Amino acid sequence: MSDEIIIIGAGQAAAQAVQSLRAEGFEGPIRLFGDEPYAPYQRPPLSKKFLAGEIGYDRVELKAPDFYAASGVATHFSTRVTEIDRRNKRILTGDGQEFPYGKLLIATGSRVREINVPGFDLEGVHYLRNIDDVTSIQAHFKPGAKMVVVGGGYIGLEVAAVAAKRGIDVTVLETADRVMARVVDPIVSHFYERVHREEGVKIETGVTVAGFEGETKVEAVVSGEGGRYACDLVVVGIGILPNTELAAEAGLKVENGIAVDELCRTSDPDICAAGDCTSHPNGIYGARLRLESVHNAIEQGKTAAATLAGHEKPYNQVPWFWSDQYDLKLQIVGLSTGYTQAVVRGDPAAGRSFAVFYLKDGVLIAVDAINRAPEFMMAKMLTAKRAKLDPARIADESIGVKEIAG
Amino acid sequence: MAKITYIEHDGKEHTLDVADGTTLMEAAVKASVPGIDGDCGGACACATCMVFVPQEWWDKLPPKEDMEETMLEFAEYAEANSRLSCQIVAGPALDGMKVRMPESQH
Repeated sequence: MSDEIIIIGAGQAAAQAVQSLRAEGFEGPIRLFGDEPYAPYQRPPLSKKFLAGEIGYDRVELKAPDFYAASGVATHFSTRVTEIDRRNKRILTGDGQEFPYGKLLIATGSRVREINVPGFDLEGVHYLRNIDDVTSIQAHFKPGAKMVVVGGGYIGLEVAAVAAKRGIDVTVLETADRVMARVVDPIVSHFYERVHREEGVKIETGVTVAGFEGETKVEAVVSGEGGRYACDLVVVGIGILPNTELAAEAGLKVENGIAVDELCRTSDPDICAAGDCTSHPNGIYGARLRLESVHNAIEQGKTAAATLAGHEKPYNQVPWFWSDQYDLKLQIVGLSTGYTQAVVRGDPAAGRSFAVFYLKDGVLIAVDAINRAPEFMMAKMLTAKRAKLDPARIADESIGVKEIAG
Repeated sequence: MAKITYIEHDGKEHTLDVADGTTLMEAAVKASVPGIDGDCGGACACATCMVFVPQEWWDKLPPKEDMEETMLEFAEYAEANSRLSCQIVAGPALDGMKVRMPESQH
């Protein structure tokens, strides 16, 4: 019987798991598969400093190049795993090989949601998920170029911000009636729309994309509302989908993401899963969550590694996220879904610094902090404690952040 | 290049060569030094790369910017000599520096 741990996927969760497996005392062989040609790297900078050209590959790669070999990890990059054969405890790869496993970690991450309209395959229509995506977008980054961003979420708006700084003429098209509609209150959406407009980006909401026009290369985006937006370049950022297919085909339980428990175990005791591809039961929110974040990938990577090494390190944390656009640092604690009251601290209509506290029946469930580190740090603590807060104290800036809970 | 020694809470030492222009957090994460998490990858957004800097090295560091200052003010294990290692850029002046890590970053 093999004692090898195989990790499918080579992203943030996988890199963390390798490190944590060794830290947890697992001394057996580890084998890592990734379908990209690169060793695990950080994705968040791809739509920020890496896209802007401020940092290169060496500063997004997660580990030193010799880390994997030094940690006794056999790596198979540019290799896609095509099947998990649970009966025989082996995995099959796209190049026809098979590898037996003792235990398995699925860390397959997520992929971009694709846009299925006429002209989707024209040259110049890009997504942003991988290093190679960024490299091909950068090739079009010339001052004066016209760019249309499809989707006003984090990725779309971060790309818009970087491009605007480079002198590119940017238009963002968003289907909903406001940007970031899925994740923040209208107060925050309208604030971001104002800032982007101040920075020269055109934001059009309530616009659906009907198709892309051009001979071989995209020349315009046509909207369902009859608009036509001439462009040299399109970046589509309309969300991601968890890579659950391998798990589902192997008969593992999938509930929005690959279903895991608080120890990152799937419905097969020999198989764990971690990161974007999973959904987990979160005790703080009393719900099964699928999270798209680095924090989740890192923490689940640690938990899965502990479980695989025979220890228990339950994962039950308040999620957090961040987004950098222009001089704005947005830090989000928690999930605001189902909030009953949004309380603002600071003035979103003027300046560039405020926070929104989301309460559900008086209990703090989330905070959006824009250039407000104190509120962010305090909120991390208060959300985990399910603190009941007085809205009047939140809104009163004469009361210090540390005293906000009374 | 600067030789930096990272001392874990239990006293275990890790000495790394940190390339000029890169941060102490990056080097620690790449070398898997336990005790430096660096969840946000250096965006000064998470305060999970805190270190304690001894007095003799403190003055060689550029002062904290507002963001770092406030993140530290609210970080659970912070002390007066805390810095975020993602904001410390290596250079010859820091060669030989020793920093200590907190019990936990969370």
